[in-house]
Amino acid sequence: MVQMPISFLVNGERVDAVVPARLNLADFLREHLKLTGTHIGCEHGVCGACTVRVDGDIVRSCLILAVQMHDATVETIEGLSDSGEVADLQRAFRERNALQCGFCTPGMLMAAQDLLKHCPVPDRDRIREHLSGNYCRCTGYQAIVDAVETTARMRAP
Amino acid sequence: MKASAFSYARPTTVPNALELLALHGDRAKVLAGGQSLMPAMNLRLISPKLIVDIGAIVELRGISLKGEVLLVGALTRHVDLHNSAEIARYAPLLKEAIAHVAHPAIRNRGTIGGSLAHADPAAELPACMMALGATLLVRGVHGERRIAAEEFFTGIYETLLSPDELLIAVEIPVAQRNSSPFFQEFSRRRGDYAIVGLAAQAVLKNSGFSDLRLAFFSVGNRPHLAKAARQLTNVVVTRSILSDASDLLRQELDPHEDQHATPAMRRYLANLLLRRCVSKLLDRPDLLEEP
Repeated sequence: MVQMPISFLVNGERVDAVVPARLNLADFLREHLKLTGTHIGCEHGVCGACTVRVDGDIVRSCLILAVQMHDATVETIEGLSDSGEVADLQRAFRERNALQCGFCTPGMLMAAQDLLKHCPVPDRDRIREHLSGNYCRCTGYQAIVDAVETTARMRAP
Repeated sequence: MKASAFSYARPTTVPNALELLALHGDRAKVLAGGQSLMPAMNLRLISPKLIVDIGAIVELRGISLKGEVLLVGALTRHVDLHNSAEIARYAPLLKEAIAHVAHPAIRNRGTIGGSLAHADPAAELPACMMALGATLLVRGVHGERRIAAEEFFTGIYETLLSPDELLIAVEIPVAQRNSSPFFQEFSRRRGDYAIVGLAAQAVLKNSGFSDLRLAFFSVGNRPHLAKAARQLTNVVVTRSILSDASDLLRQELDPHEDQHATPAMRRYLANLLLRRCVSKLLDRPDLLEEP
């Protein structure tokens, strides 16, 4: 099997590894770094559970090879959570019952935080649009939209 | 599922990439943004022996204005198209269309070259290239070819690109004054592939069209530039003329059947889009009604 050396930043820490070329980023994060907050649902870019940030942009980590991340900066839900960046969003999700089984939640938080960075006061349509690539099979989405809307209002100066 | 094993190369120049493609032919597959290739590999629909990752070839990125054309590098991402002031000004159809391409996380990775080379008949960008009269720049070890978008797409996931060639860039003619874009598609959910869509570019003159290019997508095995548009140019469009154009469109389309729609439904939706497009571009609400 073809092995490739890679070196990149994950949640601010330098990671050096030798990985099989076919290994995707989601599997690398989970299996090699034990960052299991990034979930794997469909493995073909449909469900959004594996959403992470690469060089500041949200992406599907199941549709990226780990070797493609050489020299990149990756942030996972562990990074956003530990730094407190999404603490208020997480609280709003809890208070609004915006999660039940929790499988989609890391991806939802990544996508919601991405929206609030680019569009501080989105209306509900805009929230739905930005989260349209993230599936939730429990909540029916209403509560998730509520939580994102509430956080946007709380963050507004 | 996971992709099967492959070898991997990451050339940093176009000549390097072309050498690899010349050497390995159709056993190799070019990886751009990977938003169509990776799902296909993960589902084991394809198992290339070699992945040629062109992501590090910087010269393939970016948008620039060269006289009367916009030159868009093949590795330019959907999100870059969406945020570009040049695109908004000189090819506004693309900006409108991008909002319909999948979801933000996909648009942050997917590239224009990847979408065009992949040639999914339900994809937005191939149709946009046809509506805009774009030219695709394709390079191989033996030189460069310029291919009109209208000729480039030959079938489902099929194009004139041979396995040893690389799509380098697209040239989009700058939108003329008095031109206006129209983009709309029907899909079950936001971000899904279109059931039927229309990308159109018109030049308006004396409250009519002096030019009208209607590129329908997801209506067959490749995007379709409607001949019916000729009926609508250089005339005062009436409900009866539009109705004749509708009949022509119905005849020239040969839509496929799948789990989303029958051919009859696709013809119906395509005609609805035609009506909406003409009515909106000419600002004539009366044309929306069936005669």
